[in-house]
Amino acid sequence: MKNLIQTTLLSGIVVGSLSVASAVTAAECIAPANPGGGWDFTCRTIGKIMYDIGAVDKPIQVTNMAGGGGGLAFSHVVNERGDDGDLIVAASSATATRLAQNAYGGMTADQVQFLGAIGADPGIIAVAKDSPHKSLTDLLNVVMEDPTSITFAGGSATGGFDHLKVLMALGRLGYDDVTSVKYIGVDGGADAITQTIGGHTQAMTGDMSEIVGFLAADEIRVLAVFTDERVPGFEQIPTAKEQGVDIVSVNWRGLYVPKGISEAEYNEWSDALASVAASSEWEMAMQANGLAPFTKVGRDFQDYVNGVVGEIETLSREIGVIQ
Amino acid sequence: MELFQNLAQGFAVALTLTNLLLAVSGCFLGTVIGSLPGLGPSNGVAILIPLAFTLGLDATEALVLMTSVYYGAMYGGRISSILLNIPGDEPALMTTLDGYPMARKGRPGDALVLSGVASFFGALLATIGLMLLAPILAGIAYLFGPPEYFALYLLAFCTLGGLASKNQAKSALAAAIGLGIAMIGLDNSTGLPRFTYGEIHLFDGIDFLVAIVGLFAVSEIFIFIESHGKKSAIGVTLRKVTIPIKDIIHCLPTMLRSTLVGFVAGVLPGAGASLGSFLAYMAEKSIARDKSKFGHGNPRGVAAPEAGNNAAAGGALVPMLTLGVPGSGTTAVLLALLLTLNITPGPLLFQDRPEVVWGLIAALLIANFVLLIMNVPLVRLFVSILSVPPNILLPGIMMVSFAGIYSLSGSGFDLILMILFGLLGYLCRKVGVPTVPIILGILLGNKMEDALRDAMVISNGEISYLFSSGISIGLWVAAIVGFVLPIFLRPFLKTPPRPAD
Repeated sequence: MKNLIQTTLLSGIVVGSLSVASAVTAAECIAPANPGGGWDFTCRTIGKIMYDIGAVDKPIQVTNMAGGGGGLAFSHVVNERGDDGDLIVAASSATATRLAQNAYGGMTADQVQFLGAIGADPGIIAVAKDSPHKSLTDLLNVVMEDPTSITFAGGSATGGFDHLKVLMALGRLGYDDVTSVKYIGVDGGADAITQTIGGHTQAMTGDMSEIVGFLAADEIRVLAVFTDERVPGFEQIPTAKEQGVDIVSVNWRGLYVPKGISEAEYNEWSDALASVAASSEWEMAMQANGLAPFTKVGRDFQDYVNGVVGEIETLSREIGVIQ
Repeated sequence: MELFQNLAQGFAVALTLTNLLLAVSGCFLGTVIGSLPGLGPSNGVAILIPLAFTLGLDATEALVLMTSVYYGAMYGGRISSILLNIPGDEPALMTTLDGYPMARKGRPGDALVLSGVASFFGALLATIGLMLLAPILAGIAYLFGPPEYFALYLLAFCTLGGLASKNQAKSALAAAIGLGIAMIGLDNSTGLPRFTYGEIHLFDGIDFLVAIVGLFAVSEIFIFIESHGKKSAIGVTLRKVTIPIKDIIHCLPTMLRSTLVGFVAGVLPGAGASLGSFLAYMAEKSIARDKSKFGHGNPRGVAAPEAGNNAAAGGALVPMLTLGVPGSGTTAVLLALLLTLNITPGPLLFQDRPEVVWGLIAALLIANFVLLIMNVPLVRLFVSILSVPPNILLPGIMMVSFAGIYSLSGSGFDLILMILFGLLGYLCRKVGVPTVPIILGILLGNKMEDALRDAMVISNGEISYLFSSGISIGLWVAAIVGFVLPIFLRPFLKTPPRPAD
């Protein structure tokens, strides 16, 4: 009898702790990574605001489905949830990058519908406070003269978006010896900036949100931000364009939905996303996380993603991450 | 006394009835989660994040709940390590080495209480360290670049040979298997996948939890079936819990040393709790006079890894709060929680949001005392869950393992992989190859490789860069002293005599 009680207790605790997350019927947002990254933020923040402002009538539950750099979630959505109207999936520039590089096991961008992006983390290049490089062109000129002298650190693996950003910027200046540029991929943007402040690498390539705290503490100098205009709240940072490097590169935060959902469902989601974009809650969340406004919702966004995928594919072929 | 003012402010924030209730329930849930194989601290915290939102908790309350779960899981991991020889999570891995033999010798209660006290010691001192030194310690992370990390991992690998006292060759073989497994997945330095055979599930490599649960829990099932339950490791029962005061006093210096080692490993973002408990154990073993007793239920071998991993858990909060760099999977989840609560960790967090930081520190202190109470006098409660007969318990553990592993990525692939690891574990046990070095190989291999290749990229292939700083030279010397010297000096050295009492 005692054993029976104990067994029941054991299974009760297990089932209880596992089902906390799914206690209420809810729509689902898949964050294709472990908690802690940008995709997780997208799901948790957008999902919460959507429900809080009444843009959707049921809470949105976040599922973390880490694996294959988002590929696992992508294939799950394509193969098993192709017509699930209650599902949104977090995406970012990294999703487009990996699709372009055929890193999702042969799956392509047109197997889902990109719903929209409502915020972007502007790309930046930063150096330590005491670095001799005072401007983006300074730094890039040194790289072009002697690529062995500068190592960039970034939060993505070689061939990832942080790496490509540097190569694109150099490409705009006519430098195309992409394989000679030194880059190390470390464990996230904050780690990359730590390595750069520590003097182990000379420059950091990443996103604005990753360096906000270090900027406020006056430990780094941001050489350029890769947006059209200076970012509100960070007006002291010049854009790359101002310095003659014609590049706009942001890490957008957005969503995709399954291919097979109805037109009505697609429109419902895009309306909900648009109202999040317009809400004051989202404005606050963007500010707190160093995101800049970047709203593209609906079919426009799909076209934008297709364009980005094309450019990254070409560049990736040159650096050899795809054959 | 600014410190006490700050701390008082922290307690004022944290010491409300709601928060105390949250701390108690968080500690309980955490201990249960930690003690269940396949559910480690990071998925435990991740699973409970939605709960914090559903309950509508504010920033401090959510932090109190989550950090209690975090510390609770770090405590809880030892319970199944000691009683079942199945680590509840990866930092509890090292506790199986001496904890389980101690329990087999009829002292399960002593092992649990001793490790509970060691956990308390490690966590408490680490929290105090965090409180006093966080802004200063943040600077240590700047000093560690790829060459220093490489030397640190090298040190870990060099001491690995001494892990299994019986047969070093088998231990090395196991580590090599682990290293081989670590190579699977995306190669960070080229961006190309290795050994994935186009299988998308393998792109991120193999999760340690899958390997741990497979090697320990699933292989146990095979042994159990084969021997019709006779040879099963399961079945340590707990009779009476007394406080082994003698052991605790005897282990105090061990706890202090291990706390220091663990804390430093925790503070380094590239190291983390698992390395902390491993280094703490190996350091203790290497300076011990009674080396041969390690692995056979030496109380110091129980206290060291537990003090080490709990200190590392506290230490890992330092880079998380001051740099925004999570030092472990769990702190990554806590970081996410902070971000969602609109708190951005970074160098200015201590100045800008003192109420959050000091509230958190106060919460950690409270959680620690709650856990001591929960884990020492009330340890029977947790043990009784695990002391049901094996024929009921094992299927239960299997169920939990499958559910836990499935929750990692929600894919059946990991379950198949886990069973394959179970087969590997079964074979290893049959031929006497230890499984702990396999896990360590998987755990450390990738990071060591990345550190070396990053260092080579930075230095344009110049080997001397690996010895370019005082820290890396120091670690190289330690590695060489710890590994190479004993091989050459062994014939000339006699075991030092034990000091007279």
